[in-house]
Amino acid sequence: MLSRRIIPCLDVKDGQVVKGVRFRDHVVVGAIEDLARRYRDEGADELVFYDITASPEGRRVDRGWVERVARIIDIPFCVAGGIGSVEQARTVLHAGADKVSINSPALRRPELIGELADAFGRQCVVIGIDSLRDDDGQWRVRRDTGSTATTQALPLTTLAWVEEVQRRGAGEIVLNCMGSDGVRAGYDIAQLQAVRAVCAVPLVASGGAGTVAHFVAAFADADVDATLAASVFHDGSIRIGELKRELRANGIEVRDVC
Amino acid sequence: MRVVLVDAGGANLGSVRYALQRLGVDAVLSGDGDVIARADRVILPGVGAAAAAMRRLRALDLVPTLRRLDRPLLGICLGMQLLFESSAEGDVACLGRLSGRVEAMRAMPGIRIPHMGWNGLRPCRASSLLRGIAAGAPAYFVHGYAAAVSAATVASAEHGDAFAAVVQDGEVAGAQFHPERSGAVGQRLLANFLGVA
Repeated sequence: MLSRRIIPCLDVKDGQVVKGVRFRDHVVVGAIEDLARRYRDEGADELVFYDITASPEGRRVDRGWVERVARIIDIPFCVAGGIGSVEQARTVLHAGADKVSINSPALRRPELIGELADAFGRQCVVIGIDSLRDDDGQWRVRRDTGSTATTQALPLTTLAWVEEVQRRGAGEIVLNCMGSDGVRAGYDIAQLQAVRAVCAVPLVASGGAGTVAHFVAAFADADVDATLAASVFHDGSIRIGELKRELRANGIEVRDVC
Repeated sequence: MRVVLVDAGGANLGSVRYALQRLGVDAVLSGDGDVIARADRVILPGVGAAAAAMRRLRALDLVPTLRRLDRPLLGICLGMQLLFESSAEGDVACLGRLSGRVEAMRAMPGIRIPHMGWNGLRPCRASSLLRGIAAGAPAYFVHGYAAAVSAATVASAEHGDAFAAVVQDGEVAGAQFHPERSGAVGQRLLANFLGVA
């Protein structure tokens, strides 16, 4: 039986892992390789490296660290941020990443999703969606959320975009619920449930994890395939081994930590 | 021991090479039929789509080499699928080293495609490939197509339907999962294939 996955997210800025609150005010957490090794040893099922400097500033980023991570890590990892073309995706995948996650570039040019699926197979193509509830109660997509100055609210609803990216070849969707990100009050279960109802590919919950119960709720109530979190793992307030024991005690299938 | 990784453009070439280095084996990357035919062990990695991968093997003139190869051969993920007669992904003829056709996996309620994540291996029969790998040991899968369980299957896994997770027929072997990304279990399978356990 397929296990549910626990995915630490490592925000990478200028070659180091950082953490911000509500996508702002970043502080350094540690070195990329050290954290990658630590989470692998603790029993993470997968890692996401999110290059938060890359996309909004549109500059070329040194991704030598992708190859360094690939050499030392024997679990899968995904690279997000600043990948806007098939060639850029190829560079990252050939450096050793298992998947690439695309967000703003897919909103600018949705054809990119199909091009990536044709080139690498849809299982390599993860679509990240930054979503926020507007005053009228609708969840809508945000673009270029790497900094508050660049963030743009789009008229596109989150549910419509989830359906479109699947038609175009997305192999997995990471839903970043911006309203709950970084404040540790729990995943946005209502939004995850709404997206789950229209999402036939694997769905990853992101934004809001603060306690073990929040992870249990995301799996048990929103039926997500994986949960992503950063700060609760970085500061040690939740240990992955202990989290998995609790999930199993709640009837949720997880991989044994070896 | 000369281990050759077939350079068919698969995106996981680097990862497989690093996994072999962690076992102390420095593999040669090659698209040259003569180099491949003289290797002690040959690994065919693969990430991507079957039709594109077969086009690439044909362009490198490697199809006859891989059909004739008498050395131990391990296909990984798409590389394993290419060992079968054909694939429904792009409706393409493959290498025909194993009988059967690779089909699209079926989505069902609660069964999402692609099959992505850690799933348990179920041994079907004894094989040196599985030495030291316990029943139920988790391996990392990422795929949307699979081969049905057959006489060549040494371990299966289940995602809706059961499918072939590890295959072996004489010198020809394959893993549908990614040993290079499956922690200690994957490392063990690679070591078993290389005979360096």
